[in-house]
Amino acid sequence: MAMTESEITQLIEDGLPGAIVKIEDLRGDGDHYSAHVIYGGFKGLARVKQHQMVYNALKGNMGEALHALALQTSVPK
Amino acid sequence: MNTQSISERIEGYVKGDDVVLFMKGSPVFPQCGFSATVGDILGHLSIKYQSYDILQDPELRDGIKTYSEWPTIPQLYVKGEFVGGCDIIREMFEDGELQKTFENLGIKKVD
Repeated sequence: MAMTESEITQLIEDGLPGAIVKIEDLRGDGDHYSAHVIYGGFKGLARVKQHQMVYNALKGNMGEALHALALQTSVPK
Repeated sequence: MNTQSISERIEGYVKGDDVVLFMKGSPVFPQCGFSATVGDILGHLSIKYQSYDILQDPELRDGIKTYSEWPTIPQLYVKGEFVGGCDIIREMFEDGELQKTFENLGIKKVD
């Protein structure tokens, strides 16, 4: 029940319109990913809040179908 | 007799100690790499903390995710406030922000 890179990217882009999502499959096993999400809407928000927005975009898949996603968030430069 | 709700129980935990870590396993025998990382960082900084093993407590395992609005474990609380999971704690540690947070809040170190 793992998720593909494109499924993850799609969910994040749908939830955070205009976000730039860079995904890497860390072990090539479709189960351990890292994601860097760059989104203007993060501006001025605490890191916890930024990550919560990404988790919300993933609609409950985080911690379920999506086992491991190392997450990094930032604001566009 | 236990009429306390899980959120009340969690509130008691996070307010009961200055630094509280909800993790998989224990600091000595962590059962997950992410939990181990946060434990290692706290250990490295000699921070005194209370840990709760969510694997031993299914109600806590589900309850903490709702309480924090955070889907994954580990979760670190400082002075009753949710600070972050593994990625955030590691990032804060590398930036020196975590050390500053502990210092500013007057968090005790291990004797």
